[in-house]
Amino acid sequence: MYGVIGQVSRVLGPVVHARGVKNARMLELVEVGEHRLIGEIMRLSGDNIIIQVYEDTTGVAPGAPVYGSGMPLSVELGPGLIGSIYDGVQRPLEEIRKLTGQFIPRGVQAASLQRDVAWPFSPCVEAGERVSPGQVIGTVPETARILHRILVPPGVSGTVRSVVKEGTYPVESVVCVVRTPAGDEKLTLIQRWPVRRARPIASRMHSTIPLITGQRVIDTLFPIPKGGTVAVPGGFGTGKTMVEHQVAKWSDADVVVYIGCGERGNEMTDVLNDFPKLVDPRTNRPLMERTVLIANTSNMPVAAREASIYTGITIAEYYRDQGYHVAVMADSTSRWAEALRELSGRMEEMPAEEGFPAYLATRLAEFYERAGLVETLSGETGSVTIVGAVSPPGGDFSEPVTQHTKRFIRAFWALDRDLANARHYPAISWLDSYSEYTEDLSGWWKQNGDPEWGDLRNEILELLQREARLQQVVKLVGADVLPDSQRLILEVCTLFKNTFLQQSAFDRIDMYATVQKQVKMLRIIVTFYRLGMKAIQEGATLIKLRRLKVIPDIARMKFRISNDEIEKLDAIQERLEREMRRLGEIYASF
Amino acid sequence: MPVSEQRLLDSREYQGIQQVLGPLIMVENIHNVGYNELVEIRCPDGSERLGMVIEANEGAAVVQVFEGTSGLSLPDTAVCFRGAPLRLSVSREMLGRVFDGLGRPIDGGPVPIAEDRWDVNGQPVNPTARQYPTRFIQTGISAIDGMNTLVRGQKLPVFSGSGLPHNKVTAQIVRQAKIVGEDVSFAIVFAAMGVKHDVARYFIRNFEETGVLENVVLFLSLADAPSVVRLITPRTALTMAEYLAFRENMHVLVILTDMTNYCEALREVSTVRGEIPSRKSYPGYLYSDLASLYERAGLVADSTGSITQVPILTMPNDDISHPVPDLTGYITEGQIVLERELFQRGIYPPIAGLPSLSRLMKDGIGPGMTRDDHAHIASQLFAAYARVKDVRALASVIGEEELTPLDHHYLKFGEAFERDFLSQRDDEDRSIEQTLDLGWKVVSILPREELHRVSEEEISKFYGK
Ligand SMILES: Nc1ncnc2c1ncn2[C@@H]1O[C@H](COP(=O)(O)OP(=O)(O)O)[C@@H](O)[C@H]1O
Ligand SMILES: [Mg+2]
Repeated sequence: MYGVIGQVSRVLGPVVHARGVKNARMLELVEVGEHRLIGEIMRLSGDNIIIQVYEDTTGVAPGAPVYGSGMPLSVELGPGLIGSIYDGVQRPLEEIRKLTGQFIPRGVQAASLQRDVAWPFSPCVEAGERVSPGQVIGTVPETARILHRILVPPGVSGTVRSVVKEGTYPVESVVCVVRTPAGDEKLTLIQRWPVRRARPIASRMHSTIPLITGQRVIDTLFPIPKGGTVAVPGGFGTGKTMVEHQVAKWSDADVVVYIGCGERGNEMTDVLNDFPKLVDPRTNRPLMERTVLIANTSNMPVAAREASIYTGITIAEYYRDQGYHVAVMADSTSRWAEALRELSGRMEEMPAEEGFPAYLATRLAEFYERAGLVETLSGETGSVTIVGAVSPPGGDFSEPVTQHTKRFIRAFWALDRDLANARHYPAISWLDSYSEYTEDLSGWWKQNGDPEWGDLRNEILELLQREARLQQVVKLVGADVLPDSQRLILEVCTLFKNTFLQQSAFDRIDMYATVQKQVKMLRIIVTFYRLGMKAIQEGATLIKLRRLKVIPDIARMKFRISNDEIEKLDAIQERLEREMRRLGEIYASF
Repeated sequence: MPVSEQRLLDSREYQGIQQVLGPLIMVENIHNVGYNELVEIRCPDGSERLGMVIEANEGAAVVQVFEGTSGLSLPDTAVCFRGAPLRLSVSREMLGRVFDGLGRPIDGGPVPIAEDRWDVNGQPVNPTARQYPTRFIQTGISAIDGMNTLVRGQKLPVFSGSGLPHNKVTAQIVRQAKIVGEDVSFAIVFAAMGVKHDVARYFIRNFEETGVLENVVLFLSLADAPSVVRLITPRTALTMAEYLAFRENMHVLVILTDMTNYCEALREVSTVRGEIPSRKSYPGYLYSDLASLYERAGLVADSTGSITQVPILTMPNDDISHPVPDLTGYITEGQIVLERELFQRGIYPPIAGLPSLSRLMKDGIGPGMTRDDHAHIASQLFAAYARVKDVRALASVIGEEELTPLDHHYLKFGEAFERDFLSQRDDEDRSIEQTLDLGWKVVSILPREELHRVSEEEISKFYGK
């Protein structure tokens, strides 16, 4: 299979030229030199090719052989993905560690899915049955919460000729033979798929169900649906990675694919330490039982970084095709774009803006297009949601990656430097962020949260806007000159920011808030505004409002009241109304 | 372990080079030259220099010469391709010694006997082999310990500006850094890139005075050395650090100064090669290149040692959005930012209250490590100091008299924070308890209703005490 197809003629870091090449295909997987470093053909011209190599090319010399594979860069899909950690081209890092220890040398090979593990397989088709792509031929309990559905691969349809009995089988053993017009297809527990191509679906669907993240500022102010796309831009240290981690931990996705793309090694270690210990509040199972990790950290080869987001999204699509809701975290898409730029530069392509290749926008569009809520080939519903971190140079959102990304996403969680500096976390700006999905999701929230959800949300957003304008005035003349009715707005917004928008990722109670906790907290704060305004109109002063006995309890409710005792929030709501009423009675008597 | 790779190719020698371009030479009519290979260059005067293949073509190679190309002539220069990347001879004996950027002794002493030879480029640590850093390092500096806690194995740079006391602050960190309750001291690897002699002398004198000099390895490529050698200096230094940490199981503190000079050398080579520039003419791969240095910090399984990195960089024009600090901040685990305004007001250490950050703080503080209230009081100090900045801005517009009573509290807090908490002598080594108590002392200037980030229990225990 791997015959010599040409000779290296030039080595420029991760970009290698070869000449005298016969029978090569665009995007074919190749191996370079004695170490058999893997790479991909990125350009063909005459008998010359340009290869991007996924490993360090130190020592590769002109004249070295290039071996062809006849295949595009693909991933292995099957049981064993969940709980694994891979590099950008799906090499299993745990296995590599067993082979080579603390560091990753070049040219190590290990199968992505372990060959010697036997999985319990229960077939659900019978001989003689007609099957088509995407159909489930059997299931494997991959983890306590993920039932892995073995699918007929795209492109295969025919009649089942034979199928194995229920039993345990290693991934490579044939479990089903399908007779097709082109001959017999032997299906195993593994299928392969080229990473740069979207897996086929039956149709796209309109999504009206939110991906609940347990993060109040996200779910309540800037929600996203299952199958949505969102960008999280922010300068360094503003909290992109923490947002990605929080969503990976607490969102109600069935499967999470976390792609550490050109970021820190320790952040992946953090996930590897935390996720097996943290328990998903919905299933009571460790989070690792639903998570696949792709770690191509900043010091790992840059070409593999470019590939990593495709590896991740392909795995996500595969679980979507099994009827699951999958959330993809990509931290950071800017590092992917920079990898693209570096490779493009070394291939001596014409640069467009800031050195990025002209096809940057197309590539970004292709990536985000792979998200969505879909009807799968087998008629199930599944989704891929993408949460893409963006790292703009200097924190300046006008740069190409942020700008192009904005064209292809529909929600934007803008991280704000000033908020981060004041340690207001998550530092998601309530003024610069948006979600175009809110309308689509408000039905769900009214039904499952609060019938008045839309109004409460609009009211608080409007207050935040008014506060921003008032702050302009305050900056010039101070707050003292404002009437109490306007100072109430400042007061309510401060309360809302401190108690609702700020959410500590490290506090055991606060780190995750259920839908019920969110809507009740929202209602309490809006009630404070509504009744407070009424009281002020009736003659009460702001000082009096501030001194309501219930205020300290409102200020600390997020830390004090856990998700399973939200009736205590109802008690706060009642006390607030009662104390306001009493205040009103005092003034009414004047 | 980044063990010495076996020889990739044989060594081959050629007489004559075809072109000299800045720090680069082009060699033609050669065979089988590998990317990143070490090159020995024999100059017309018989002296030797080292270089590295940065582009390998059929029959030709581009070589970057670390010691610069002055004095080279085309026909009289000989090159020898060594068949392997640059490797550093490593051994424990190197402690207490001074080397140039390429790892050759410059202190007059003998060449140390090598235990091993390690590729200076290192290898990426497998993320599954890393151990998350959690051990609190007490630096005795309140602004760091209290609000931007350093932990063992962290990479925490100092962002400075020209003329600011980054050397003094770093030297104080080096002198005072300790793990409370542990008796092991740090071995120090110090790499100087393009800094002046007196900076190197300042640090050496400091190491001497503290009596740690025999625990220090220095790699110096000072301002008068050719700029390209700065590109290799941090790599030799980090290779040394990896050897000490992961083979000899020592705790190593690495100081790299000044990373801005390093980046400028990288830009110079990139420009000479005609590469497509990115921001401010730095190459598009600056991020990856810096990451290949900064990520060489931390703890790995199966070794009990650690590498803690404190890189120093000067921000051109004090601009934190300049590519060097910007990309550094994107890679390191926080940053200690020095602020000119504080410095001009005579405050030492002039550590900026808000833009400084330690990302690994959360796992190194709290019960059993520092004190239960640490996270909350730190967060409260940040929040209150952010408000101080707003109030000061307001006061400068409307005048102090027009401020509300609450705003006046904040002004008072701000002064006390800077005077009592932030400021300290350069020989003042505060315990973490002292630091946290000081923090409480200054926030107690504020009315207790203003303290949203601390719990009621903490307020009753510490407020106003
Ligand atoms: N929700 C949060 N709760 C508590 N701390 C946070 C939160 N978000 C961010 N932080 C703090 O901010 C630091 C930087 O966040 P991080 O996500 O690493 O930034 P980025 O990825 O944007 O560089 C973290 O180390 C943490 O200390
Ligand atoms: Mg990050």
